[in-house]
Amino acid sequence: MRWLWGALFFAATAWAGAAQVADVTPGRAIDWPKDSGAHPAYRIEWWYVTGWLETPDHQPLGFQVTFFRSGTTHEAKGGEDVSAFDPSQLIIAHVALADPAYGRLVHDQNIARQGFGLAYAKVGQTDLRLDTWHMTRAPDGTYTVVADATGLALHITLTPTQPLMLQGEQGYSRKGPLAGQASYYYSEPQLKVHGSVRRPSATGAASESVAVTGHAWLDHEWSNSLMTAGTAGWDWFGANLDDGAALTAFRVRDSGGHVIWAHATLRDRDGHTTQFGPAEVEFIPERQWRSPRTDSVYPVAFQVRMGAMRWHVSPLIDDQELDARESTFMVYWEGAVTLTGDGASAGRRGRGYLELTGYTRNATLQAW
Amino acid sequence: MSTPKTGRGLTTLARWMLGAQWRSHRGRALVAMVTIALGVGLGYAVYLINGAAFNEFSAAARSLSGQADLQVRGAQPFMDEAIYPRLAMRVGVTAASPVLEVDVALPGKSTTLKVLGMDAFRARRMTPDLVSIPSSQAMLDVLADDALFLSPSAKAWLGAQDGAHVTLLGGTSPITLRVAGGILRARPGQRIGVMDIAAVQTHFHLQGKLSHVDLQLARGVDSDAFRQALQSELGTHLVVDAPSDVESRTDRLSRAYRINMNVLALMALFTGAFLVFATQAAGVVRQRAQLAMLRVLGMTRMDLVRQILLEGGLLGLGGGVLGIALGFMVAALALRVFGGDLGGGYFPGVEPRVAFEPIASAIFLLLGVGVALAGSLVPALEAAKAQPAPALKAGSEELALAPFGTPWPALACLVVGVALALVPPVNGVPVAGYGAMALLLVGAIALMPRLTAMVFRRASARRVARQGNVATMLALARLANAPGQASIAMGGVLSSFALIVAMAIMVASFRVSVEHWLAHLLSADIYGRVVQGGDAAGLRPDQQAQVAAVGGIAHVAFARVSRLTLDVAKPPVALIARELDAADPDATLQMTGNVLQPTSWHSGETPVWASEAMVDLYGYRLGQRLELPVGGRGERFVVAGIWRDYVRQTGALQMRVADYRRLTGDVSATDMSITLRPSTTATQVIHALKKLPFGDALEFSQPGEIRARTLTTFDRAFAVTYLLEAVAMVIGLFGVGATFSTQALARAHEFGMLRHVGVTVRQILAMIAAEAGWLTLLGIAMGCALGFAISLILVFVVNPQSFHWSISLHVPWAEIVMIGCAMLVSSCVTAVLAGHRAVSMDAVRAVREDW
Repeated sequence: MRWLWGALFFAATAWAGAAQVADVTPGRAIDWPKDSGAHPAYRIEWWYVTGWLETPDHQPLGFQVTFFRSGTTHEAKGGEDVSAFDPSQLIIAHVALADPAYGRLVHDQNIARQGFGLAYAKVGQTDLRLDTWHMTRAPDGTYTVVADATGLALHITLTPTQPLMLQGEQGYSRKGPLAGQASYYYSEPQLKVHGSVRRPSATGAASESVAVTGHAWLDHEWSNSLMTAGTAGWDWFGANLDDGAALTAFRVRDSGGHVIWAHATLRDRDGHTTQFGPAEVEFIPERQWRSPRTDSVYPVAFQVRMGAMRWHVSPLIDDQELDARESTFMVYWEGAVTLTGDGASAGRRGRGYLELTGYTRNATLQAW
Repeated sequence: MSTPKTGRGLTTLARWMLGAQWRSHRGRALVAMVTIALGVGLGYAVYLINGAAFNEFSAAARSLSGQADLQVRGAQPFMDEAIYPRLAMRVGVTAASPVLEVDVALPGKSTTLKVLGMDAFRARRMTPDLVSIPSSQAMLDVLADDALFLSPSAKAWLGAQDGAHVTLLGGTSPITLRVAGGILRARPGQRIGVMDIAAVQTHFHLQGKLSHVDLQLARGVDSDAFRQALQSELGTHLVVDAPSDVESRTDRLSRAYRINMNVLALMALFTGAFLVFATQAAGVVRQRAQLAMLRVLGMTRMDLVRQILLEGGLLGLGGGVLGIALGFMVAALALRVFGGDLGGGYFPGVEPRVAFEPIASAIFLLLGVGVALAGSLVPALEAAKAQPAPALKAGSEELALAPFGTPWPALACLVVGVALALVPPVNGVPVAGYGAMALLLVGAIALMPRLTAMVFRRASARRVARQGNVATMLALARLANAPGQASIAMGGVLSSFALIVAMAIMVASFRVSVEHWLAHLLSADIYGRVVQGGDAAGLRPDQQAQVAAVGGIAHVAFARVSRLTLDVAKPPVALIARELDAADPDATLQMTGNVLQPTSWHSGETPVWASEAMVDLYGYRLGQRLELPVGGRGERFVVAGIWRDYVRQTGALQMRVADYRRLTGDVSATDMSITLRPSTTATQVIHALKKLPFGDALEFSQPGEIRARTLTTFDRAFAVTYLLEAVAMVIGLFGVGATFSTQALARAHEFGMLRHVGVTVRQILAMIAAEAGWLTLLGIAMGCALGFAISLILVFVVNPQSFHWSISLHVPWAEIVMIGCAMLVSSCVTAVLAGHRAVSMDAVRAVREDW
C-alpha cells in the first residue's frame, strides 16, 4: 500500500476535465496472472519490491525497487495524428539500497514518457522497463529485476513461496472512510531472492558485485485517487515474519497529526488471515531521527499495537531518507526495519520495510 | 654645461627636448597621435565587437546543446524519429534527448521564433538551461499540448506574460498557444520557446520527425572513436556533431567578415605608422643642426636614438591609450545600435555586451606603441648616423633620407608580393592576398624616391634643353636632385591614391557584377515565399493549385528551399529545388563556365548545379559524380554546372524540383516565382493571392523592389569604403603638407637666395606649386598603377577567397579621374600654403639666418 507518490503528484496536478478512467469498486475479482500487468485505464499504479538481503559474509542489506505508472491528464488521441511522444503515460522508477557499512540510504530515480520501447508498462503480465532498468514476470511466476543505477546496482530474481495475498476485501483496499478512497491491491510476501548487488562505496571507487540471497515483498496496486483532502501523510510497514507469516499495517494522518484511517492484516503461514480495523491499530512513536539534509524529523522506531499483539519496529539504519523530488516531487523515509513481537506476539520476529511520509517541513516542489 | 652622464641630467634634457618638440609641432604630433588612436581604436573595436558577438552567439548555441557530448542531426533539417531509440539504447550512451526545432513565423512579425520541442524528462539533465518552469499549481504543463514556455526576451518581444495566449503560424495555419511559464536560463536577447515534443509534432504536422538527438556518453567512452563509429554506421544522411562544431560553424560563417574588418584596422595602423614616420623624419631634418650641436656637446648616438624613439613611443602611447578608450566606446555604441555584426546578419538573436579585456587591451596598446616606434626607427638611426660637423652646416638634409635610395629591398617586396597573390587561402582566410597587397604597397613606396629621381632627372634635362619657364625648371631640378625629401609626400600620395583606386575598382566591380546577376536572376514578375525562417512545411499541393488558379497568373514555378549538412564543421548549404531547364540552366542561373549537357549524364544520375562556394568549400567540379543525403541511400548525383551566387556564402545546390520530389517524396513548396498574363498588374495579383486562406503566411515582392533592396543593402555595406577613400585622401594631403612645411623651413635660405637673384615671391610659390603638382602627378600615376594591381588582387584573390564568389572587373574611370584631379589641386594648394611662410620671410634675414 504505497500511495505516497500518487498523493502528492496528483495534488500538484490540476485535472483538466474528466478523462475516461475506470472506477475502483468492491467485488471485482483479481484476474491472475493478467492483473500482474499494467492497468492503463487507471490513473496510478505501482509495483513495489522491498526486502532484506544477506551478503556472503552475512551482512544485512535492505533494498527497494519501484516502478510507477502514471496516466497524465493528457488524453491520448487516436488516429494518424498521434505523436509517438504522446505523454499520456509516464513511467517512473526508484531504486534504493540500505547498507549499514555505508551508513545511509543510496538511491537513484528516473522518469520518462512511455514509448519507443525505452519506457513501458505492458498489459497482461508484469513487464516494466525504464531505459536500462526492468522488471519482468516469467510464466512460472518468478520475477527478474535489473537496475544498474548511479552508485548501486541490483540484479535479482524473486521466487514466490506462498500464494497471492489479496489486501482488503479480496483485493479492494480502502484508504479512508469514503467508498471511493480505495485501490486494487495485492501483495506477494515471502519471495525468495537470489542475485547480485553492487554496493555503494564510501571512497567513490567502483565496487565489485556481491552475490546475495534474502526475502522480499512485492506490492502491486492501481487506483485513481486515494487521498482525502486534509491528508498530511501516512506510516506503513510490511514484513515477512521468520515463522512464514506476513504482516502489514498502516495509518493515515491529517495535518494535525490525528489518525484518519488505520488498518492491519496478518496472514499466517497456513493462510489464516486476521484483519484489524481502525480502532484496533495504534502506532506509538518510540524514537525520532532528524535528517541533516532536509531537517525533517522522522519517527524511525515505533511500537505498533494490533489488538493484543505488540510489535517493536526498529530501523536497520537511521538515515533511510529518500529524496525523490526529481521524479515524484517527494521527500520521505522508506527503510528496512526489524520487527520484534511483544504481548500476544511475544517471541515472533520479522524483517520488513517501513514508509514514513508527510514529515518533510519544506516539501517544496522542484521543477524538472 | 652639466654632464649628461648622470641619469638626472639626461632625464631633464630629454624632458626639455620633448617639451620643445611638443610646443613647436603640436598640430603635427596631435595628428599622428589621432591617426594611431584611430588605427588602434578601430582594431580594438572590431576585436571587442566580434569577440563579444562571437562569444555570445557561441554561448547561446552551446546553451541549446547543453551538456551533450554529441548531437546526431539529419543532413536535411528533419530526420526520422526511429533513430532515437536506436541511439538511446546504443552501448556507451547514458542519456539521449530528442529535440524537434522549428522556426515559427508569427503574424505581424518579420522574424521567426525558434521553438524547441523537447521531452522534459530527457532534456532536464542534457540541456538544463532550457528546462521549462511551469507554475507550481500546474506542474504537468510541461507535457501539455497547448503550453508554450518563453525566454524573457521572447516574452518581451511578443508582449506576452504568463497566462497570455499567442498565435503562431504552423506552416500556413494559425495555432494558438498558452504562455505557461519561462525557461530556466536564456542568454540576453535569446528569443526561444520551449514546448513538449509531442505538441510540436502534432501542431506543426511533423509527426515522426526530429531535428536532433543529443547524446551523453558513459564515462570512459572515447568520444572521437564513438563518433567515428557511429557516423560510419549512420551514413551521410545523418551527421554526428560535437559541441565544438557549433563554434567552428559560427567561426566560418563570420570569419571573412571579421578578417576584413581587421584588415581595415590594420590599414589605419599602417597609416598611423606612416604619419609618425613623416612627423619624425621631418623633425629630424628640421632639428638636424640642433641635434648635431647636442652631439658636439657630448650627447652619445645611443642617447640620440633613445630620444627620438622616446618621442615616437610617447606619440604611440598617447595614441594607443586614446585608441583603447575610443575603441571601447565605439564597440559599446555599435553593439547597442547595430548589434554584434553591425547589421550583417552573422550573429542573429543575441545581445552581446562589451567587456573590458586587459590582455587584449594591452596588446592593442603595444601595437600602437610598436607602430609608432617602427615609424621613428629609421629617422632615429639616420639622425644618430649623421656626422655632427657636416650636419651643422645647412643643405645636408638630403642625406637624412638617403637609405631610401637602395632599390633592392623594394624590388624584392614587389616580387614577393606578386608571388603571394598566387598563394591559396590559409584556413579559409586570404592571408596571402592581404600580404601581397601590403608588400606591393611597401615596395612601391620604398621605390618612389629612386623613381622620382629618374623621372624628374629626365624631365629636367629635357626642360633645360628646351629653355622652359623658370618655376617649372627650378621645380624639376629640385625634384630630380633631392628625391629623398620628396619621398614622404610621394609615399603619402602614392599609398592613398593606390588605396582609393583599389577600393573604387573593387566596389565598382562588385556592384556591377551584382547588378548583372540580379538582372539575370529576376526574370519573373512576382516572387513569393512562405514566411517561415525555418524548414517547417510549406505549401501543400492543394494550396499550390489554389495559387496557380488565381486569375491573371500565366505560370507559377514552385520551389522548395531547404538545408543540407554535408560537413558538420561547416555551416549547412542551401538546397534549392526549382524548375530548371537542364539543357539551358543559364536561362535561370548565371552560370560560370561550361555546363554539362543532359547527354553527358549517366543513366540513373540526378543533376545538381552547384554554386561557386561549393567549389571552394567542398571541392566540387563540373562533371563530378557524388552522393548526397537527399532521398534514399546510394542515389547518384552529377555536378552539371557551376553558377554564381552572391547570397549564400556557405554554398548552395540547385536541382530540378521534379527530381527533388521523386527522391524525397516531399511535394511541398516554400517559394514561388510567378509570371503574369500580359493584361494584369502585379499589384492586382498580389492582392488576390493575399486573400487566399493561407495568404497571411505568404510574402511577395516584385523584381524592382528586390533589386532596389539588394543594391541599397550593398551600398550600405560598402559605405564605409567611401569614408576610407576620404581618409586616404586626407592622409595623402598630410604627407604633402608635412613635406612642404618641413621644406619651407629647411629651404628658407634657398628661397632667400632665389629672391636675391631676382626670383619673385610669386615665382617661388609657383615653383612650390609646380613641385607639388609634378610630385602629386607622379604619385597619382604610380598610385593608379599600384591601385589597379591591388584591385586585381582584391577582385580576383581576396574576394573569391573570402566570400567564395567571383566578380568581374569593372573600372570606374570617371570616378578615378575626378578623385585624381581633386587630389592634384588640393595637393598644390596644400604645398603653397605650407611654403607661404618661408617665402614671406624677409629675404636678407633668410639668407643670413644660416650663419
